[in-house]
Amino acid sequence: MSRKLTVEIERHERSVFWLIFSFAIYFLAATLWCPTSAYADVRIDITRGVVEPIPIAIPAFYGAGGNEAQFGRDIAEVVSNDLVRSGLFSAVDPQSFVQDADSLLVAPHFADWRVLNTQALVVGKVEAQQDGRLKVEFRLWDVFAEQQMTGLAYFTVPSNWRRVAHIVADAIYKRITGEDGYFDTRIVYVAETGPGNNRIKRLAIMDQDGDNNRILSDGSALVLTPRFSPTLQEITYMAYYNNRPRVYLFNIDTGQQEVLGDFSNMTFAPRFSPDGNRVIFSLSESGNSNIYTMDLRTRHVQQITNHPSINTAPCFSPDAQHITFESDRGGSQQIYTMRANGSDVQRISFGEGHYGTPVWSPRGDLIAFTKLHDGHFYIGVMRPDGSDERELTEAFHAEGPTWAPNGRVLMFFKDLPEGPGGRGNRARLYSIDLTGYNEREVSTPTDASDPAWSPLLP
Amino acid sequence: MFKKFLCLMAALVLVAACDTTGENGGAGSMNGANGGGVGHNGPVHPGTQEDLVVNVGDRVFFAFNESDLTPEARATLDRQSAWLKKYATVRVTVEGHCDERGTREYNLALGERRATAIKNYLVADGVKADRVKTISYGKERPAVLGSNEAAWAQNRRGVTVVTP
Repeated sequence: MSRKLTVEIERHERSVFWLIFSFAIYFLAATLWCPTSAYADVRIDITRGVVEPIPIAIPAFYGAGGNEAQFGRDIAEVVSNDLVRSGLFSAVDPQSFVQDADSLLVAPHFADWRVLNTQALVVGKVEAQQDGRLKVEFRLWDVFAEQQMTGLAYFTVPSNWRRVAHIVADAIYKRITGEDGYFDTRIVYVAETGPGNNRIKRLAIMDQDGDNNRILSDGSALVLTPRFSPTLQEITYMAYYNNRPRVYLFNIDTGQQEVLGDFSNMTFAPRFSPDGNRVIFSLSESGNSNIYTMDLRTRHVQQITNHPSINTAPCFSPDAQHITFESDRGGSQQIYTMRANGSDVQRISFGEGHYGTPVWSPRGDLIAFTKLHDGHFYIGVMRPDGSDERELTEAFHAEGPTWAPNGRVLMFFKDLPEGPGGRGNRARLYSIDLTGYNEREVSTPTDASDPAWSPLLP
Repeated sequence: MFKKFLCLMAALVLVAACDTTGENGGAGSMNGANGGGVGHNGPVHPGTQEDLVVNVGDRVFFAFNESDLTPEARATLDRQSAWLKKYATVRVTVEGHCDERGTREYNLALGERRATAIKNYLVADGVKADRVKTISYGKERPAVLGSNEAAWAQNRRGVTVVTP
């Protein structure tokens, strides 16, 4: 898992001609307001809401030997699935492909691909190296402009092929949307089994597409609300070991864990600071809950809120200058912001209902939340000053949004009402675009809740 | 007259509590959240969890998003404190629970607040503070399965559990 991927940029072809050409097209498009020009750059504005997915053809990457050809097929499939799941691309039907991998490497027949209305074409190759590694290279073609948009090569141990596929998908996503991708990431979550009144909850981790699922705890203790460290080696979460509900730190690589600090009362709702050096959490005392931070290097504990009410679900802004949290200090559960030292507390949620689980976007521009109103749950976003509130989805129960590292996609969990006979709530993970479109279930082997998205893997 | 009313309420609560625990007895909670091993017909040993459940009432209920003790809850807790004074070596843990209609972390805080409200009442009634611990399970351990108001009302509870 922790094996470092060797990434070498072979070529990033963007000729001066292409730069001028693409600038000229922008100018033309802006002037004429004609975004569907036949020779327009293959580009998606992902801030615009519903977009027509770009038809992309991703034939199996070429491999000379049987082994290489199998990797070529698998990699192309993972790249295609990543891009299609984003909602921004549609896969051109492989049945209709007009060229195979071999002949594509010589030269794409653009006119033939245009007939299929293919706008983007990915041509790749897998080659086994003397030292046992694989060389995976690809080129992204703009079919209408007949121009290469990007081309990269990677060297990796064969067991790492899925990561290479996710990295290729990220490169394509970035070249076409102008935004960083989020495919080479992982999700930590709580895997749920058993009846509703004695649920077994285990820590689990998987790739963003649901593959490589791994269970990290044995289920002997209830575990809740895992969150990734920005440095990725660690998770912070809450667990009931020895019936003492406390915040823990868990090292993904070594499997070692330790309790955070030495508190006589319940600690909960942990999150890392943006630099990974501190954990912010709640400590309950005399029926109230207040927010604290602990520096993981010095073990210094600092109290941030001091109010006789519930103050929990704290989350730093990406620049670590502010904290958003939920509190019932005004009479009902609402979202607040404050400076990182606890000063200048401002309520920011003013719609009807209760608001909780505020999570600051990695881009800093929005805060995602869970809202309860009139028997329904909503996942929504608002600006850090509380303006421009938008609900993205509604359900009987939906909770706990987490941001993809590019701040464009959210994951959360939903469950259904308990059926007769206690068959258990069916809790599952879902992803949704910031625009509110493209809601999709994220496949997990068991029921699942409390997802937390990792940063892009290093 | 008021005392008579309280007794009547207490009896009603006791009946309700017995129903609840009986229904879920043996559900196998690791923490006794469901009232412990009620359901067999042997003699009830004084000063045990079973004694507490059958003869006193081990739990009180809360309104949605509230931690205020209702008159019924106070009547139950009056009996609990009398019972705790009678069995002076018994230690208890008060579990605070919530229904499923809230967010996870908020419910952890709310459960702790409910457990603390119960502990504070018992302590104010003369039970020594070091005999009563609190723990919150938030919405993680419902007593009754079901996504309806009747189930939620049973799940918004504080349960007093004898520490082994």
